[in-house]
Amino acid sequence: MSETTLFIQHFGKDEARGLNYYLKQMNGYTAAKKAFGMSQDDIIGEMKKSNLRGRGGAGFPTGMKWGFIPKTSPKPKYLVCNADESEPGTFKDRDLMRYTPHLLIEGMVIGGFAIGSNIGYIYIRGEYTREAILLQEAIDEAYKAGYLGKNIQGSGFTFDLTVHRGAGAYICGEETGLLNSLEGKRGEPRVKPPFPAQAGAFGGPTIVNNVETLTAVPFIINNGGEWFAKLGKLEKSGGTRLFCVSGHVKKPGLYELPAGSVTLRQLIYDYCGGILNDRKLKAVIPGGSSAPVLTPDEIDVIVDIEPLMKIGTMLGSAGIMVVSEDYCVVKLIQRITKFYAHESCGQCTPCREGCKWMEDVLHRIEHGHGREQDLALLLDIADNIAGKTLCALGDAAAGPVSSFVKKFRGDFEAHIRGGRCPNA
Amino acid sequence: MAKILSQKFYDEMKKLEPRYPNKVALLLPALHEAQKETSWLPPEVMEEIGAYIGIHPAQVREVASFYTMYNLKPVGKFHLKICTNVACCLRGAEELVEHCEKKFGIKCGETTPDKKFTVMEEECLGACGTAPAMMLNDDYHENLNVQKLDRILEGLG
Repeated sequence: MSETTLFIQHFGKDEARGLNYYLKQMNGYTAAKKAFGMSQDDIIGEMKKSNLRGRGGAGFPTGMKWGFIPKTSPKPKYLVCNADESEPGTFKDRDLMRYTPHLLIEGMVIGGFAIGSNIGYIYIRGEYTREAILLQEAIDEAYKAGYLGKNIQGSGFTFDLTVHRGAGAYICGEETGLLNSLEGKRGEPRVKPPFPAQAGAFGGPTIVNNVETLTAVPFIINNGGEWFAKLGKLEKSGGTRLFCVSGHVKKPGLYELPAGSVTLRQLIYDYCGGILNDRKLKAVIPGGSSAPVLTPDEIDVIVDIEPLMKIGTMLGSAGIMVVSEDYCVVKLIQRITKFYAHESCGQCTPCREGCKWMEDVLHRIEHGHGREQDLALLLDIADNIAGKTLCALGDAAAGPVSSFVKKFRGDFEAHIRGGRCPNA
Repeated sequence: MAKILSQKFYDEMKKLEPRYPNKVALLLPALHEAQKETSWLPPEVMEEIGAYIGIHPAQVREVASFYTMYNLKPVGKFHLKICTNVACCLRGAEELVEHCEKKFGIKCGETTPDKKFTVMEEECLGACGTAPAMMLNDDYHENLNVQKLDRILEGLG
């Protein structure tokens, strides 16, 4: 493959995480130096030109987000990296942090400079204990060499960066839940507005960006927004993407490809070697477990934000989970729903009660006690959750249930009529 | 009240304090640091943390109970957290859970009577490409199967 990749060539190499490697092999900290010579507006302008869209799941244009930060603020401004990586099926940020931590640090220094913030936090999921240690080592190295702290590279700009560990809660991947957690509270999402750009961490204007988003920043500054935009093959979607492929494929793992350059079919059959044991494909979840499911006749779609949205699902965090014909889809959606019932923070009644209710109904169907009217009931509960909650967790639970019931109705009916799981 | 947490805990907190605009933000780091010392968080430890930060013990508990990684009851010396989310289940995680339950004669969420092993089902660990995965105390183990799991457990002695 002759296509440009930004990250993946460094994964798996222990030496890549060191400052020495970063300086010598990756033009380390030259982008920050360049950024210090630019105006804040010019940096944000390059970010806008780059068509970088948030890699955490929502796909919001990063340059536009940075532009929302007020120029002046009586309270300190904050840049927060969302390294919670809790969407099931997603495992890219872990490698970015353990193999290219300096890219993240440099991306945050540039981001901080662009939005006028001197304080950054990396909110990393608690389970990534080892990754948090590695990040801290890289941060210590950067401080020592003058790439973090006071007067960075002689620019007069100060930026302090702290690793803050989560403690096991999916909802802390939601940006306002994350901010509450950072403040030492329960990770319950906040009512919006105000959005974080007006009042975020500790009441100050705050930008929250995903790890992969921030690690792309040094490349954009060094090579220009246009260069980055052209890496992508679709309009309005620049750069490369790290696809996380898991489940029933022969070669699961990370694949970095130009945004919008590949279909789901190509990814599964050409890159990942096809389905395990050469079985038939049954289902694909294209964007983490919150994404509505796709059937085998829908996989000729380009794996990117707009094409997937057009067919009623989403790219999300690019966590692609592949399911072969020998796995029961009812069992699968029951497991997914159990996750949302477990992770619902409990603030909003439709989500707190609805997720558990859907799980119970799915459990009885899977175990042979389902009733004919249960499918209509599931769709009704899902409909009563979607769009009726403070944050996106409700939608994330409802969308998959509706899509599984609608697209695999025959499988559900076989369970109900046969009084048992045909696969069990 | 006699202090349970060590000087190292207080030194660590002192180091972190200037990183945040207020002391309440130290709560998650404090709970992590305390749990390193006491392996779980009994009420006295939460009280001590509350006294240090300047919040009511109930507020400490309110926060601690929100997060799954804080142990509100004692756990075994070896804490197995087996991921059973989608990607791991597709790759045989349930078999690992059943194997552990049988091997230790306990159900998920329980600890062996000798207080050596605790087995738990875990939500997604972010290691889906190398599923099935589990955490053993702080460390990840990936690409597991029953044989590999047994070898890891035997190595624990």
